[in-house]
Amino acid sequence: MAGTAVLGRLNWLAAKVTHIRPETERVRSIFFECPGWDGHLAGQHVDVRLTAEDGYQAQRSYSIASAPEDDHLVLTVERLQDGEVSPYLADVLHTSDQLEMRGPIGRYFVWERSMGGPLLLIAGGSGVVPFRSVLRHRVASQVEVPTRLLYSSRSFDDVIYQEELAALAAYDEIDIRFTLTRSQPAGWKGYGRRIDHELLEEVSWKPEERPLIYICGPTSFVETAAGALVDLGHDPALIRTERFGPTG
Amino acid sequence: MHTMQVLVQTQPGGLMSIISRGFFGRQPQLDDPSRLPPGQYLTEGFPVLSAGPTPRTRLEDWTFQIRGMADPAPSWTWEEFTALPTDTVTVDIHCVTKWSKFDTVWTGVSIDLLLDGVDTGDARFLTAFCDGGYTTNLPLDEVTNGKAWVAYQFDGVALESQHGGPARFLVPHLYFWKSAKWVRGLELHTEDRPGFWETYGYHNHGDPWREQRYSGD
Repeated sequence: MAGTAVLGRLNWLAAKVTHIRPETERVRSIFFECPGWDGHLAGQHVDVRLTAEDGYQAQRSYSIASAPEDDHLVLTVERLQDGEVSPYLADVLHTSDQLEMRGPIGRYFVWERSMGGPLLLIAGGSGVVPFRSVLRHRVASQVEVPTRLLYSSRSFDDVIYQEELAALAAYDEIDIRFTLTRSQPAGWKGYGRRIDHELLEEVSWKPEERPLIYICGPTSFVETAAGALVDLGHDPALIRTERFGPTG
Repeated sequence: MHTMQVLVQTQPGGLMSIISRGFFGRQPQLDDPSRLPPGQYLTEGFPVLSAGPTPRTRLEDWTFQIRGMADPAPSWTWEEFTALPTDTVTVDIHCVTKWSKFDTVWTGVSIDLLLDGVDTGDARFLTAFCDGGYTTNLPLDEVTNGKAWVAYQFDGVALESQHGGPARFLVPHLYFWKSAKWVRGLELHTEDRPGFWETYGYHNHGDPWREQRYSGD
């Protein structure tokens, strides 16, 4: 696994779309091959650059959805209303198209097997994307780290990676729990409300067990989750956050 | 011919840019396009980015200190600090995650005023230290002569905690991670000591006009 030391400049690389997988009505995963990519850590992100025919360029950062061990570099992109780049990635880009990437970026919101656990991942909406990378890395590295994902979505149809998460939950020591905040299908057995103290206390390990906590989602979601976990006695130094601003 | 790719303009990194079929983008309609640094886009919102939970420091426990040179270190309580003369500045801010926001209005105390009367000796660098353990490093001459403040009001009202309140460092000419949230003081050094993001892959200096985003840029 390379990429932990950035020695020189991160150069722009040409990445080619190999296939695309729809996830929800507004979200799809794009699989790339990216010659020259020097590896990444689970949780890192990448800068994407698009160039229009008149030379105009736009850059955005996206979390990497694939594990370091995976064959393809995967981005999972949600179409944001009024976005500039995300509608292009979510609707226009197709197989064999190319774009430019630069990364990996950020070495704090990462999990490596050597960091151990227990590992508590808390995702709101498309904040689940870096945790796909973490969970796949966790499985690929075959470590016995107790792992929980709490994933909050608006409705069942908004759940990204449905089949993959179901498959991951079949592993011993990987526990995935959902909460659906706006509507729940008939017979739903998961949580059915926004995250709160009680829900987080039920899902998390006790503070004395010192879980490594990663929270990713919209700002208000991250503020609520991080604040509640600090209230419950978790060490703020063990809580890593990644907030998705209203950028598109 | 949707698979046709066109290469244009040589980049500093050596790679030619790839034209993205069907991408038109939204060229910003700016009165003065030169206000937007390379690779940035304009936002009307105020996104929040932090590495950990929002710290909670009671104002009665808050102090601001200048450590490293003078003994004892100059220190202000919240009451003393907010009694100091302030500047109100209107500045453009640029986040390394690509958004820029124009004409933000901040009120705070200039670093010039805080360092006035402090013998900085051989110090040429500083580390801003913060609640929650965050740090960032800057050369001293990047924060003096009207270039930086400790701000505690945004748009005329108390700075919200998620945006760094009660007080944050404000160094608008550098990427905004240098404008450390929840700042509690400055530590002066003779040598440069990389801070939090500077050791996690981000550029040591962070000039948006030179697009110094990441280590090696």
